[in-house]
Amino acid sequence: MRERLFTLSTFAPETAAALPGPPWLRHRRTVAAEAFASTPLPTEKDEVWRYSRIDSLDLDRYQTPVSPDLTATDAHGPPPSDRIRALVDGLGPRSGLIVTVNGVLATVASDVGDDALAIGRMTEHDEAEVLLGSIATDPTDFVLLNDAFAADPVVIDVHAGVTIEHPVVVVHVITGAGGDAVFPRTVIRGGPSSVASVVEIVVDVEGGLLAELPTRGASSVANHAEHLVVPVTEVQVADGAELNYVSIQSLGPATWQLAHQVSTIGADAGLHSFAVALGGSYARLRTDSALIGTSGTSKLRAAFIGRDDQMLDFRTLQDHRAPKTTSDLLFMGAVADRSHSVYSGLIRVRRGAVRSDAMQTNHNLVLDEGAHADSVPNLDIQENDVRCSHASTVGPVSEDQRYYLESRGVEPEVAERLIVAGFFADIADQVPIAGTRAMIGQALADRTGVHGV
Amino acid sequence: MSTGELKIEDLHAGIPGREILRGVTLTVRSGEVHAVMGPNGSGKSTLAHVLMGRPGYEILSGTVTLDGIDLLSLPTWQRARAGLFLGMQHPIEVPGVSLVTALTASRPEIEPGEVGADAGAGDVSERMRSEAKRIGFDERFLTRSLNVDLSGGERKRNETLQMGVLRPRFAVLDEIDSGLDVDALAAVGRRVEEATEEWGLGVLAITHFRRLLKVLKPDVVHVLSAGRVVATGESELAEIVDRTGYAAYTGVGP
Repeated sequence: MRERLFTLSTFAPETAAALPGPPWLRHRRTVAAEAFASTPLPTEKDEVWRYSRIDSLDLDRYQTPVSPDLTATDAHGPPPSDRIRALVDGLGPRSGLIVTVNGVLATVASDVGDDALAIGRMTEHDEAEVLLGSIATDPTDFVLLNDAFAADPVVIDVHAGVTIEHPVVVVHVITGAGGDAVFPRTVIRGGPSSVASVVEIVVDVEGGLLAELPTRGASSVANHAEHLVVPVTEVQVADGAELNYVSIQSLGPATWQLAHQVSTIGADAGLHSFAVALGGSYARLRTDSALIGTSGTSKLRAAFIGRDDQMLDFRTLQDHRAPKTTSDLLFMGAVADRSHSVYSGLIRVRRGAVRSDAMQTNHNLVLDEGAHADSVPNLDIQENDVRCSHASTVGPVSEDQRYYLESRGVEPEVAERLIVAGFFADIADQVPIAGTRAMIGQALADRTGVHGV
Repeated sequence: MSTGELKIEDLHAGIPGREILRGVTLTVRSGEVHAVMGPNGSGKSTLAHVLMGRPGYEILSGTVTLDGIDLLSLPTWQRARAGLFLGMQHPIEVPGVSLVTALTASRPEIEPGEVGADAGAGDVSERMRSEAKRIGFDERFLTRSLNVDLSGGERKRNETLQMGVLRPRFAVLDEIDSGLDVDALAAVGRRVEEATEEWGLGVLAITHFRRLLKVLKPDVVHVLSAGRVVATGESELAEIVDRTGYAAYTGVGP
């Protein structure tokens, strides 16, 4: 057990209890804060935190927003800043918009009637108490911390049988000089037989990569605000529903992220998720997808590019709990400079999940000698009649590919950039929401230094 | 029509610890077609890759010049820019990089989108389409990833197409005939032949078989054995080799 590096003065149960909200929510926060306070912090010795930087986390460096004034905003609150508006408009047509600023709702707008789509502040939803925590049912460490300190959870509830034409966009804006702990909390429910798309962006408006793309090596971490961002997203895809979910992490280079995306997929339902990780000093994303109904499908994609000294850390669980379920995971990343990436994934096929089909693939390009990628696949198969496969690669840009392009007269630096861009080309085409595809393609290209390819 | 020469003099090269080429000397002039024949292991492919500068090979001694430029001192991409092209025996897959992207990047100094300094230059895509038509290469492949999911024959056509678009001074074609059916072989052979007239392309065609040389008429035939040119002659030499095999040459001592 590791000794606590922090005093819990800021993350104390009393602080959580003082956050605004209805009694049930305040109670929930208190219980979570007490649970968090009474369990030791994870350490790098724990299997799920192996290779991570969790031992360097010093919670005392951050403060929670003290009793944010939730009455300052409402459904017709102030419009998002120009920068956020430009970002959101760049995604194309949308059916709804939620903007939070440092974890507090700032803007809600919807083009769809309340009978089809309910979006906005969680506490204003009729079933808030049931919905919050309905998917993240086994909270540990930082999910508990989010449970305790999420000041203003938001909800996207797509009603049964409804097809929402354009994506609902959620932007969690992180802003300020630094030192803030921010706890975005989003609950997405795709009702039975509904079809919808959600884009969720976590962006540091000052230092985030979509706002201002630092060129390689030019950005100095010292110049950027340091925050702790702990987003939790719960996704429920009910029976027969289809949900596309794209998440983009664009934090500043000094910020820590400990993110969780937890989903359940019902019978004959499908989740198609795509995560892009760009920023952060240490940025972790845990993706748990549980297939709980017969013939459900979970397609999980992620693309990431590490730069400078950052560490991008991915943990995944494909949890087959029902027969004839399919999960198909592909995570692709590149690490440059002295950056480090971790992919650790588990396929679990539980007893009874017969005729399930699980695939897990992780490919990593190591672009510089000082960079490093770990890839750790794991299987836990408790049923016989199943198909499971996993593949992973870690390696530099292929010397043969480079030679082939150079033999056509392509300069070495250009050849390398083309190959790296080519490495991401296929997965970038699989971004499920058309409006985000170009933005993600461009963000990856900018990050690899390739333009116009 | 350019004039010049690709001159290989007493070239000794190999992989670390093993000398494969043991003194190769030959000169290809612009507009000429030279065939290099020889049994497996004679060093034909090593010659091709040493000329292009493939990593893993090392030069022990000797010189290679293209119009007087010392090729061996240049990195691969500069050899290509100097006018050397290698049609590979096993073209390499480059996922996510299309032919048009690669060819545009290969000649960035020529704007806009134009490749090759010679007459007939045009938009890269236009040139690609016209070259594709000449050798019966499916246009759908032009925008797909390089060599990915292509059959052996399609890859060879792809190499030939790139040669046509890039218009090199000299082309080393390493078994460009393998994997091609009769019609494709005729089209590829004809295209290379025409290039020798169109812009004076000099060709060093490495092959096992004479069937290519029926379409692509060699001016000079070299027999390579154990890393040396053991016989040089006119096109009849290819016929003799075809009839009698390499045995008569492989026994030739130093």
